[in-house]
Amino acid sequence: MSSLLGPKDPATGAGWGNPPPRKGFFTDTSVCIGCKACEVACKEWNGVPEDGLTFLGSSYDNTGALGASTWRHVAFIEQPLPLGRQDDTSAVDLGMPSFDLPGATADPLVRTDFRWLMSSDVCKHCTHAACLDVCPTGSLFRTEFGTVVVQDDICNGCGYCVPACPFGVIDRRIGDKNTKNVGIAQKCTLCYDRIGDGQTPACAQACPTESIQFGDVDELRQRAAARLATLHENGVPEARLYGENPNDGVGGSGAFFLLLDEPEVYGLPPDPVVTTAHIREMWHMAGAPRRRCWSVPR
Amino acid sequence: MAECHPVGFQWVMAAKKRGATVIHVDPRFTRTSAVSDMHVPLRAGSDIAFLGGIVNYILTTETYFRDYVLAYTNASVILREDFRDVDDLDGVFSGYDPETGTYDTKTWHYEGAEPDSAAPGEETRTNESAHSQKERGAGHELGGHGANMGVGEIRRDPTLQHPRCVFQVLKRHYARYTPEMVQQVCGVPPEQFRQVCEAVTNNSGRERTTAWVYSVGWTHHTVGVQYIRGSAIIQLLLGNMGRPGGGIMALRGHASIQGSTDIPTLFNLLPGYLPMPTVDAHETLEDYLATISSPNQKGFWTAADAYTTSLLKAYWGDAATEENDFAFDYLPKLTGDHGTYQTVMDMLEDKVEGYFVIGQNPAIGSAHGKMQRLAMAHLKWLVVRDLNLIESATFWKDGPEIETGELKTGNIGTEVFFFPAASHVEKEGTFTQTHRMLQWRHKAVEPPGDCQSDLQFFYTLGRKIRERLAGSTLQRDRPVLDLTWSYPVDEHGEPSGDAVLREINGYHLTGDKAGQLLKSFTEMKADGSTSGGCWIYTGVYADGVNQADRRKPGKDQNWVAAEWGWAWPANRRTLYNRASADPEGRPWSERKAYVWWDAEAGKWTGHDVPDFVADKDPSYRPPPGASGPEGLAGDDPFIMQADGKGWLYAPTGLLDGPLPAHYEPQESPVLNPLYAQQSNPTRQVFRRKDNLQNPSAGEMGSDVFPYVFTTYRLAEHHTAGGMSRWVPYLSELQPEFFCEISPELAAERKLEHLGWATIVTARTAIEARVLVTDRVVPLRAGHKIIHQIGLPYHWGVGGNALVSGDAANDLFGVTLDSNVHIQESKVASCDIQPGRRPRGPALLTYVQEYRRRAGITIFTGNELRTGDPGSGGAAALMNDASMGDPA
Repeated sequence: MSSLLGPKDPATGAGWGNPPPRKGFFTDTSVCIGCKACEVACKEWNGVPEDGLTFLGSSYDNTGALGASTWRHVAFIEQPLPLGRQDDTSAVDLGMPSFDLPGATADPLVRTDFRWLMSSDVCKHCTHAACLDVCPTGSLFRTEFGTVVVQDDICNGCGYCVPACPFGVIDRRIGDKNTKNVGIAQKCTLCYDRIGDGQTPACAQACPTESIQFGDVDELRQRAAARLATLHENGVPEARLYGENPNDGVGGSGAFFLLLDEPEVYGLPPDPVVTTAHIREMWHMAGAPRRRCWSVPR
Repeated sequence: MAECHPVGFQWVMAAKKRGATVIHVDPRFTRTSAVSDMHVPLRAGSDIAFLGGIVNYILTTETYFRDYVLAYTNASVILREDFRDVDDLDGVFSGYDPETGTYDTKTWHYEGAEPDSAAPGEETRTNESAHSQKERGAGHELGGHGANMGVGEIRRDPTLQHPRCVFQVLKRHYARYTPEMVQQVCGVPPEQFRQVCEAVTNNSGRERTTAWVYSVGWTHHTVGVQYIRGSAIIQLLLGNMGRPGGGIMALRGHASIQGSTDIPTLFNLLPGYLPMPTVDAHETLEDYLATISSPNQKGFWTAADAYTTSLLKAYWGDAATEENDFAFDYLPKLTGDHGTYQTVMDMLEDKVEGYFVIGQNPAIGSAHGKMQRLAMAHLKWLVVRDLNLIESATFWKDGPEIETGELKTGNIGTEVFFFPAASHVEKEGTFTQTHRMLQWRHKAVEPPGDCQSDLQFFYTLGRKIRERLAGSTLQRDRPVLDLTWSYPVDEHGEPSGDAVLREINGYHLTGDKAGQLLKSFTEMKADGSTSGGCWIYTGVYADGVNQADRRKPGKDQNWVAAEWGWAWPANRRTLYNRASADPEGRPWSERKAYVWWDAEAGKWTGHDVPDFVADKDPSYRPPPGASGPEGLAGDDPFIMQADGKGWLYAPTGLLDGPLPAHYEPQESPVLNPLYAQQSNPTRQVFRRKDNLQNPSAGEMGSDVFPYVFTTYRLAEHHTAGGMSRWVPYLSELQPEFFCEISPELAAERKLEHLGWATIVTARTAIEARVLVTDRVVPLRAGHKIIHQIGLPYHWGVGGNALVSGDAANDLFGVTLDSNVHIQESKVASCDIQPGRRPRGPALLTYVQEYRRRAGITIFTGNELRTGDPGSGGAAALMNDASMGDPA
């Protein structure tokens, strides 16, 4: 079991002696162009099967959500807000994130202030990873890079990890019997095979605009802080980091983000907490009545 | 650009990071708009007015780069007295012939410049008619150089005050393109338009430059060439040509489309933009050379005799001798229009027996899909080479016309041969990208199964044909038998791409250097002592090194990065870069220094390869009557132009006007507010029962098709889908054909998000899923609200792909631009209704009913000269007995 609380180096915590620096992603959504090259590169490299040929009509997103057969997911959010403010110096009152129906707000003939957010989501590789905590087979393990990986040949498909993930990332693969790893829990491995060979994960390699950056988590956190400062200086007060804080509910994630709006707008939980955070108390709560029970005089 | 060229778009993002302002002008809000500083939606087909408005702003605010304009453009040149502009003649320039729909362009010339030879638009030397030039798409020839114009004395007024000087003509021509007119035509509000004008002009001048980037949204129009001309005028006025960070960038539709124009797959061009000879004008090599490379011409095109002879030597080797005109007779000669669409119509008349479809999917990707499919059903044989069994290979069993009953599989006599093709990672060769840069690509894996490269296929086909003809004594077989057709092959029978590239580069054939590769096209000779497959590519194998295979990282060389790949001509990265220095040869500013004159060394130098005679002093002035390169002065930077100047006004070379003038698209619900002439009066129309057109504003029945639609691509798919709809990882990202509409149009037509819509034109009706989005904005053009419908064109009806759907291009008819035969497939009018389209023969009845309601005949929309009382008009034509059954 990994450590449950507080900042920590996860690889050391998992028993690796002298591990390499922790690896992760910094996804800067302010430069994402929504090309989905990350989704395709991920599937190509990892042999992830097609995830349904369904037209969702959710802007340009027909992927829907992360899952066993979708390890990168680009969200598209259409908003009636001014464009291109990353480089504008005029601060604008944003109000709350809007979920209005198309056409509900502005006069169409002046509907020129419009914003289309794109963001590539991925497994967070949490410092405190509940999926790993609850895995009874040891299939999910902490790698020397501090990432969390499923071992296909050990997973028995029990599915405990699925509700454990506070982000709804991991899932069991659905499909017919010919589908690879059907019934097995699947998610991003941060391309364990590639990074073990000194290479960049497929998604970051394919990203044309450096929206997905791969590297040492410590260095990426500095990069993210610098980018955030630049955006704030340029009058984008709504820019924020998500998942980079080692004191958050999952101890900071290995994959974190720069967002231009509230996390909920992107379909991310605003304050994720590792679902096993209270496992000790829960264990005590579960145990206490029994103790009381034992203490009943015969 | 983010949508169709996401990898190239990384550099726009990099520029943005360094402070560049990115403005996106597009009817549609795309992934590019999402990261731009400003998105300017405009009505599809209105760009000439938009660009014209910017020209007007530049001229009225006097924000042009005066020193540059005076020295490097033809602003001061005085035009002939008999030139008349569109405002004088209600929408046509002087010289228009309403009978043929063509111009006699002699009144467009500079005063005093006697046309010397038959460059496009002229007819003095060869008596080639304007009609014939239009037939062969003569405008294409100018891809590598400017039009010819002789060496006569040109009159100038350096004060730019003469009423007939280009500058004053420009001012008058553009006076009507006010912000209010821009709003009326384009639907762009004046305030937003002002912001664009200010951004462009503030970012141009000595210290700064602005670049324009366009794609087929500018070219697939009946006026596309004039769109580009419009941006050329802006760039010349602002001094943004030949300078770093400036220019006009054409983003091509696929990898190496630039390469397939340089070494063309076009009927009217030979490699290096040499025109294809015509049967009536070019009986001998001398005739041909006289029309393309007159010795009395200024500029660098005078050496075209060496380029042509070297090409003939590359084709026919020892069989090309001085005695036989270097086998000039072996070249096929044009007899008329053999463009794509004319060929398709010829198929329908059974004039074409066989057809090769290679890396193309005309059943889906070409305008008027039904005409394409019906035409292919007339062929005796059809060869399709592709990665997958595309719809052009299966239309005979599962095309839309099988469902409607227009085609019956058992009645189609076409024998279809499908050859699986090797993909780009399974073969070696070059890609030429939009920057004219050749990049060598290595083979990563062997092609699977029977898949072959195009090179292997054609090499083998040629060998087999030659085997069949071996021993023939017929003269007609000599061109094939005498071809140089021998390349080293590997163990899989794959010819060496490297050997082909060497052949393209060219060799010394005789003398001490015999057998050595040419270093530059300047070494080419007209006497048969050199060979070369494409003169502009000569140097790609200079010094025996594959220069296209260079991959020195940017960080290890200067910012021009001349050692990455190789750009034609002569590895120049920016053309006409003499213009980056002032007339005296000094950089316009330190910040924008690029190439400059080193007076001490007596030569041009700088960061790039100077695009100028290396030792020509800036003060050089040609002696009277000088021709060729010597005819150009030391401050004439546009060295492929016959006068060395950038053309604000094009006195020759274009078939549809010396200046861009706004014309409405072939099908438009908007009346041209500038003059009675509605559309381009020289566009190529086809009055056919199988090519009916929607009525436009001003014609009876135009209200039946009240909406504008445009087609485009999505990042997730590739063109007609041959490379993406068979790939699960791409298909799942955009699985279905959809239409993008505004919430307002959805309300007006009761269209439901995720429901179905039927879109109708005079050709057919198609169905699409509905995507309602704020990204589509209704535009106010004058008093009219314009609704635009966006259609990605990646899907098609067939049984083999992972995802299929109706094809957007089926909605278009065939109407072409007069300069280059490009179809108008980026804008047309339509109706949209909720629900799915009728199936089977009922679909035909449904469309027929629309035609009846709109009163459509073969003349509808096809009148070339509109509003001119002398031309007869639509009413007279509609009484014509040949009107016939519009079905």
